[in-house]
Amino acid sequence: MGLLGPSGSGKTTLMRAIVGVQVIRSGTVEVLGLPAGAPELRHRIGYMTQAPSVYGDLTARENLDYFARIVEAAPERVEDVLETVDLIRLSRRPVRSLSGGERSRVSLAAALLGRPDLLVLDEPTVGLDPVLRRDLWNTFHRLAEAGTSLLVSSHVMDEADRCDELILIRDGRILAQAPPEELLRSTGTDWLGDAFLVLVEGAS
Amino acid sequence: MSARVTIATTLRVLRQLRRDPRTVALVFVVPPLLLTLFRYVFDGQPQTFDRIGGPLVGIFPFVLMFVITSITMLRERTTGTLERLMTLPLSKLDLLLGYALAFGLVAAVQATVTAAVAFGLLGLNVEGSIVVVVLLAVGNALLGMALGLLASAFAQTEFQAVQFMPAFVLPQFLLCGLLVARDQMAPALEWISYALPLTWAYDGLQRAVDGGDAALIARDAAIVFAVTLLALALAAATLRRRTP
Repeated sequence: MGLLGPSGSGKTTLMRAIVGVQVIRSGTVEVLGLPAGAPELRHRIGYMTQAPSVYGDLTARENLDYFARIVEAAPERVEDVLETVDLIRLSRRPVRSLSGGERSRVSLAAALLGRPDLLVLDEPTVGLDPVLRRDLWNTFHRLAEAGTSLLVSSHVMDEADRCDELILIRDGRILAQAPPEELLRSTGTDWLGDAFLVLVEGAS
Repeated sequence: MSARVTIATTLRVLRQLRRDPRTVALVFVVPPLLLTLFRYVFDGQPQTFDRIGGPLVGIFPFVLMFVITSITMLRERTTGTLERLMTLPLSKLDLLLGYALAFGLVAAVQATVTAAVAFGLLGLNVEGSIVVVVLLAVGNALLGMALGLLASAFAQTEFQAVQFMPAFVLPQFLLCGLLVARDQMAPALEWISYALPLTWAYDGLQRAVDGGDAALIARDAAIVFAVTLLALALAAATLRRRTP
């Protein structure tokens, strides 16, 4: 599931509400059949924040060792997720010395550790080179086929058609929720960027 | 609550400290150096140094842990690691106890090194037990840590966090009775001093150095411990899983 919208449209707020760290002013959020933020969910959700939330003074491996102990993941999982995000080679360097893209991959690896049922990833592919971006999307598809639900946000439209279903959001309101092909068909466009524009103009 | 997560947090905090050898050096070298400085500042009044030197061994860890903890916790907040932890199966108590264990350990080493310099090299006299002085020092370090955790909730930047040190710590340092006996102060200040935890920490230390009444030392330590628990409880309340 892709969550698309411009900066400031409310993507991060929605994701934080789902993982249970956002103060919700009105309404309710239910996740995997439980109210968002329920303690039982903390074993079942993996969350990757937009800014890499890992300890800069520790190495990737040390960061992952710590988070693995919290989510009770087997020690081998650290190796697995390092491989998934292609960081084995850099895993013994302090995260602070890594590039922005590498740092966010450490953060993504931490979210994958506990094999969560739901992965909430806030702009996971920002600043990555195209090859790695493609590989990560392949990983996301593999996880989805294995039964993991993924909610991935992006403000880049060219990532949208990689998702099975899209939510378009603007100014805190959901404009549309449908598979990409259906959005194209219903708006009579052949690019999702145009579809988004048609929907924005239709709403205003 | 889980011992596994608490210990993992302790190890993580210690590992972070180890990555910063300069901080570690400062933690262990600055208190003995300051104590040496006091010794020679009071060169002409050795009786003054004899009076304040011993208690100082147990007051340095309080000041230092306040600063280190408030900045470390502020970093957890600003870098988003706290938010990540709040989505994971980790209780707030695991986090706070993890910190307490790590910093308690550091404080124990710091107090031991400082005590060795004070009572060994600088020749300070101690009538009571050095072990008790070191134990009280660790208790005071935990008090500093708890107050630092609490203060960090009110700081938005590291600049603010650093300024909390003079704001929270210096008045307690002036009023606790170390520099001037409390009954020589303006009466209002004397009364205020009884409400400040460092006053009781100082009394306990002074009694421990002078070989005073063990029951009174235990009472002073109990007051310090109670304030520590209170500050930790308040700090836990400021650690919100949900934020705006």
